[in-house]
Amino acid sequence: MKTVLFRSYLHGVAVALAVVTAACGGGTATDEGAAAQAAGAKIQINGAGATFPYPIYSKWFDEYHKQHETIEINYQSIGSGGGIRQLSNETVFFGATDGPMTDEQLQAAPGPILHLPMVLGADVPVYNLPGVADLRFTGPLLADIFLGKVRKWNDPAIAAANAGVTLPTTDITVVHRSDGSGTTYIWADYLSKVSPEWKDRVGVSTAVNWPAGVGGKGNEGVAGLVSQTPGSVGYVELVYALQNKMAFGAVQNANGEFVKATTESVTAAAAAAANNMPADFRVSITNAAGPGAYPVSSFTWLLLYEAPKDTARSKAMVDFVKWALTDGQPFASQLGYAPLPAALVAQELTALERVKTQ
Amino acid sequence: MRKDLGFRVGTGLFGVLLILIVAAIGFELARQSMLSIQKFGLGFWTSSTWDPVAGEFGALPFIWGTLYSAVLALLIATPVAIGIAVFITELCPPWLRQPLVFLTELLAAIPSIVYGLWGIFVLVPAVRWFQVALPDGLRALPIFTGPPLGVGMLAATLILAVMVVPFTSSVTREVLKSVPMAQREGAYALGATRFEAIAAALFYARTGIIGAVMLGFGRALGETMAVTMVIGNNPQVSASLFAPQYTMAAVLANEFTEAADQLYLHALTEIGLVLFIITLVVNGLSRLLIWSMASRSKPARVPASALPAAAEA
Repeated sequence: MKTVLFRSYLHGVAVALAVVTAACGGGTATDEGAAAQAAGAKIQINGAGATFPYPIYSKWFDEYHKQHETIEINYQSIGSGGGIRQLSNETVFFGATDGPMTDEQLQAAPGPILHLPMVLGADVPVYNLPGVADLRFTGPLLADIFLGKVRKWNDPAIAAANAGVTLPTTDITVVHRSDGSGTTYIWADYLSKVSPEWKDRVGVSTAVNWPAGVGGKGNEGVAGLVSQTPGSVGYVELVYALQNKMAFGAVQNANGEFVKATTESVTAAAAAAANNMPADFRVSITNAAGPGAYPVSSFTWLLLYEAPKDTARSKAMVDFVKWALTDGQPFASQLGYAPLPAALVAQELTALERVKTQ
Repeated sequence: MRKDLGFRVGTGLFGVLLILIVAAIGFELARQSMLSIQKFGLGFWTSSTWDPVAGEFGALPFIWGTLYSAVLALLIATPVAIGIAVFITELCPPWLRQPLVFLTELLAAIPSIVYGLWGIFVLVPAVRWFQVALPDGLRALPIFTGPPLGVGMLAATLILAVMVVPFTSSVTREVLKSVPMAQREGAYALGATRFEAIAAALFYARTGIIGAVMLGFGRALGETMAVTMVIGNNPQVSASLFAPQYTMAAVLANEFTEAADQLYLHALTEIGLVLFIITLVVNGLSRLLIWSMASRSKPARVPASALPAAAEA
C-alpha cells in the first residue's frame, strides 16, 4: 500500500516537471533562431514595454501575422521602465518605451540600441466642471495648477485665458498618476519646458514628487477620479479621453495658438520636429513650435539592438517595423493614435539599414 | 520507531523549510535594498520625502498610512466581527445559521480589486456626501479637516474593515464553538443571564479571539489593490480621515514596474523590507500578548462579574 502511494506521488512529480519544462519554451534572444532559418519555419519574437502603445502594437502584430503566418510577435505591456530593463537583460528581443532611454541606460546595455518612433501620443488636460465646456489653458497656468499655486477655478489666471466663460468658485482638485508611466513623463516634460519652477521643484521622470493632488492608478484611475470628483483636473492619454468621451481643454502652443488635441494637431507637432531630428531619434517634441501643433505630444519608441546575435529574428523584426511604419500607419489613426509624418518615416527607414539582419 | 523515523524527518523537514523560506525572504529583501540602506540608513524610516527625480526617499508617510488605516479598520471591524460570531453561534435561529455563514465567507472570497472598483464607484461618492453633510463645527476638528474629495483615509479604512470582518469572524466563530458546554452550563447554573453567559464564553475564548483579531490586522496591513484605489495615493502624514494618504503595499504596487534606476528600485524594495519587519513585529507582539494572557489567569473560572445572583444570595 505504501509503495503504491509513493510511486503515484513520484509519477505526479515527474508529470509536473515535464509540463513545466515544456512550458519554458523558446522565444528569447538565443541562437535557436539560426537553426530555424529554413523558409516556413516558425519564428517567435518576444517584446515588452510601455502600456500606452499596447492597443496599436496588438493590432499591428495581429495584422502582420495574418500576412506572414510564420512570424509571431508577443508583447507584454509591463511599463516603459520594465521594457528597458528586460531589453538590457536580453530576456526580450525588443522593447518599447514612452520616454527615451537615458545615456546611462544606453551605456549599461550590452550593445548599441536603436530608438524607433512608431506612433504619436498626446496628453490632454481633462476636467470635471459641469456646465463649462471648452476651457483653454496656457502652459504656465497648467504648471501653476499642478504645483498647487492656483487653487480655485475662478482664479484670475484661468479667467484671463477664458474670456467670456463663467467660472465657478469651486476648489481645484488635482488628479495625477500614482503609478510610474510614460504619460506622466510626457506631462512633466511639457511642464518643465513652460515653467522653470516646475523644472526646479519637481523635474521630469515617469514618477515624480507631486506637490499637490491625489493619485489614481493608470489612465483609468485618473479618468475615474476626475469623472467622480466635481472641480477636478487631471491628465490622460488622448486615446483614452476620446474613447471615454471626457471633456478636455485646449492648450496654448509655442506659437500662441490654443490647440485642442486631435490626430492632425499631434502629427503637426511631430512634423515641426522632423526638421531637426537627431540621428538617434531621441527627441522630445513637447512644446513644439509650428502652426496647429499640439504642445503636449510625444513619440513612443520601439527599441531594437543594432547588432543582435539572432539574425533570423532580427530580419523578421526589421521587416515588421518597415511594414508598421508604412502600411501600418492607417491602423493607428483608426485607434486614435496620430500617425507619423512622412518625412520622419523616410529618416527611420534609412536608420533601419543599420540593424544587422544577416 | 524506525518506521516512524522517515515520517518524523519528512514532516520536520517541511517545518524547517517554512522557517528557511521566511528567512530567505528577509535576506533577499535586505540584499536587494542594499543601495538604499547604505544611502539613507535609519533616516529612511523617519524621512517624509518621496522624490524619485531627486533620488530622495523616505518611508514615514507610508508607514504612517499603513498603520493608521490598519488600526482604524481593526477598531471598526473587531466589534462587528465578534458580534457576527456571537450571533451565529449563540443567538441565531438554526435555519439562518448556514446562509449567514455562507455570506460571511463569501465576503472573504471577493477579490481585492473588485472591492477597489466598488470603492471607487460606490464608497467614495458616499464618503464625499458624508464629508459635505458634516456640520462646519466638526469639520474644523483636525480629524475631519480637508476638502471633500471622497478618496482618503476614511474610504480606505471602511474598505479594509469590510475585508477584515470575514477573517476575524470566522476564526472567532470556531473559537466560540470550541468553548466547552460546561462553561455555559456552569454560568447558567449560577444564575447568569443570557448575555452574561455569552460574556463568560467570550472571556474563556479570549486568547483565540485576540488571535483572530491579529489575523485580521495582518490582512489589513498587507492589503493592496482595494486600498490604492480609494486612498488617494498622496504621501503625506496627516491625522485627518479625509486627507488622501498612502500605504506601503500601495506604493509598491504602483511604482515598482516603472522604476528604472537602481536606487529607486532599491528604495522600493526597502519599503517591502520595512513592511516585512513591521508585520513580523506586530505578529510577534500579538503572540506575546496571547501568551501572557494565557499564562496569567486560569481560564476555567467564570469571572466574578458574571455571578451577581450568587453574590447576593
